[in-house]
Amino acid sequence: MTPFTELLGIAVPLLRPNVDTDAIIPSREIKGVGKAGLAQGLFAGWRYARVGDRTPDPDFVLNDPAYAGASILLSGENFGCGSSREHAVWALAEYGFRAIIAVSFSPIFENNCLRNGVLAASVNGAFIDHLAACVAVDPQAARIKIDLQAQVVRAPDGREARFPITPEAKMMLTQGLDAIAVTLASIDEITAFRTRDRALHPWVYAGGPAS
Amino acid sequence: MTAASGVGPTSLFDKLWASHVIKPLQGGDVLLNIDRIWLHERTGAVALKSLMAAGRSVLAPQQVFVTMDHIVDTFPGRGDATLMPTGSAFILATREAALAAGITLFDLNDPRQGITHVISPELGVVIPGVTLICPDSHTCTQGAFGALAWGVGSTEAEHALATGALRVAKPASMRITVDGRLGPGVTAKDLALHILGELSAAGGAGAMIEYAGEAISALPMEARMTLCNMATELAAFSAVIAPDAVAVDYLRGRPFAPKGDDMERAEAYWRTLRSDDDAGFDRQAQFDAARVAPTVTWGTSPQHASPIDGRVPAFEQLTHKDTRESYDRALAYMGVEPGARLADLRIDAAFIGSCTNSRIDDLRRTAALLRGRKVADGVRAICVPGSSAVKRQAEAEGLDVVFQEAGFEWREAGCSMCFFAGGESFGPGQRVVTSTNRNFESRQGPRTRSHLASPETVAASAIAGRLADPRTIGAAQ
Repeated sequence: MTPFTELLGIAVPLLRPNVDTDAIIPSREIKGVGKAGLAQGLFAGWRYARVGDRTPDPDFVLNDPAYAGASILLSGENFGCGSSREHAVWALAEYGFRAIIAVSFSPIFENNCLRNGVLAASVNGAFIDHLAACVAVDPQAARIKIDLQAQVVRAPDGREARFPITPEAKMMLTQGLDAIAVTLASIDEITAFRTRDRALHPWVYAGGPAS
Repeated sequence: MTAASGVGPTSLFDKLWASHVIKPLQGGDVLLNIDRIWLHERTGAVALKSLMAAGRSVLAPQQVFVTMDHIVDTFPGRGDATLMPTGSAFILATREAALAAGITLFDLNDPRQGITHVISPELGVVIPGVTLICPDSHTCTQGAFGALAWGVGSTEAEHALATGALRVAKPASMRITVDGRLGPGVTAKDLALHILGELSAAGGAGAMIEYAGEAISALPMEARMTLCNMATELAAFSAVIAPDAVAVDYLRGRPFAPKGDDMERAEAYWRTLRSDDDAGFDRQAQFDAARVAPTVTWGTSPQHASPIDGRVPAFEQLTHKDTRESYDRALAYMGVEPGARLADLRIDAAFIGSCTNSRIDDLRRTAALLRGRKVADGVRAICVPGSSAVKRQAEAEGLDVVFQEAGFEWREAGCSMCFFAGGESFGPGQRVVTSTNRNFESRQGPRTRSHLASPETVAASAIAGRLADPRTIGAAQ
């Protein structure tokens, strides 16, 4: 996974609360058993004028050439709510987003971001409005800077806001770690725990209608 | 800050958490043991395929279960082919990967097949005190049994398959106490929608909710599952209800539930799974069940909920936080005006199904309203039992005849039209009253308008041809 340390990027505002994962990637756009080929379906219901056709809807912000090349998405409260589909993060990442800055995130979506090297940074709504206002003047030039080590988002005018992240999540992102590989290094501790736990709660491990 | 130090009174959640900590990680996160993993063909196949592509194997195949629910058709006589253009690829990949991994598969024609969160309790796979994950947001449903059950992404599912564990940050704790009793014709679904309307779709943000109080204890298991099911709609980590005799009685004798001496030992342990009287919670909320009416949604978020005998609220009347733009957008999408009487809204379709409301108890209550009545002209009505077992039980009781004589289609088990995956849908502009969980834009089909409601309200509305209060019709003779 690509490590995430710092990002200086073009940001695009989608300032709505409760942007759900059905909106981020409609189920009908998930056509294959895999993680790739999803960028075309990103925000399909809003981005295209009609279902089943790829004519861009000029009113949707991702279709505004001023924001071309955006790597940061700005949004409101409870971003990524709804379905757990990780395809939402895969689609955002494949499209080119490396960070989402929102007021808050659905917990499953936030974790899916972490496992795919995408930063989900929560800052207050007033600061997000400020970021959007700064960016609107000249989106290609007025870039937003994110410093993960310092946990800071910096607006084009220099104003800053801190975002929370657990030390564990920060380590995973900054080092671009594969969590499964990291955990497998503790497999002996896991199996030892399970041996002890099986003695305490044998019925949990009995398993199967035949037993 | 969570009152979980292990000293002093602890909550049910603290007990579930502490009993599964393999070791602490940095900054308070932990490595948590995972006892049960559920997969389905939509998000599970990719987890299994990815695991195998990395050359890894399933640590404990006997603890992993997979079903076909999301993409399978629900027409009678269905097979691997689907109306969804590429659907069979998901079914075939899931079957192949499940067989290769040696995990328990409830395949398309297996009599145990059905929606994950319906069959897991039916089979006794979920039991109190276990950790259970599934790449599906409605996994919180299973917290109704006192399990620590939560929805994850596919990568987390792959992680748990490979390691038997997950790296987790401890969520905040929240207790929602519901005092009193729900009135006649008012259900757990109405309570869930009422809570959403009051607290907002971010009202449980990131928290582990414990539902408690007299009204919760009085609910049968099916209703507790309905309530916990919609915790994800509150943006919660999950929800849990302390296991009691109702939960134990439900599970006793289920195929995968403990048996004999194991069951006796398990029951003794399960009795300890409750919050201590003085346990602390990071957040608290309290509701009076008697004040809950049959509730429906009028917008495009589950928080856009109001009593069925009320009106579409003006922006200034909203009980939850929202933005003006989001509110206006929701009304325009739904084709409703502020101040409009909800009971005047004509409907085009009625749907009963989904992991929220498709269990035998839901179908019995609904059939009691439908018996001897007819769906209004022009209304398309569909009932999709949550599992093949629910379907068989309903048929044994003659409920299928009641539904069909009333004008409902009677289907095979699956998630069906809870969401549109490219196959069946209700069509643009169609107004649907639905027992499902999400009224997002285009959730049930491009430009379809969804009104979430209890199965009783769906039935009453189907008969009336408009949104209708089930208390006004009562059970037929």
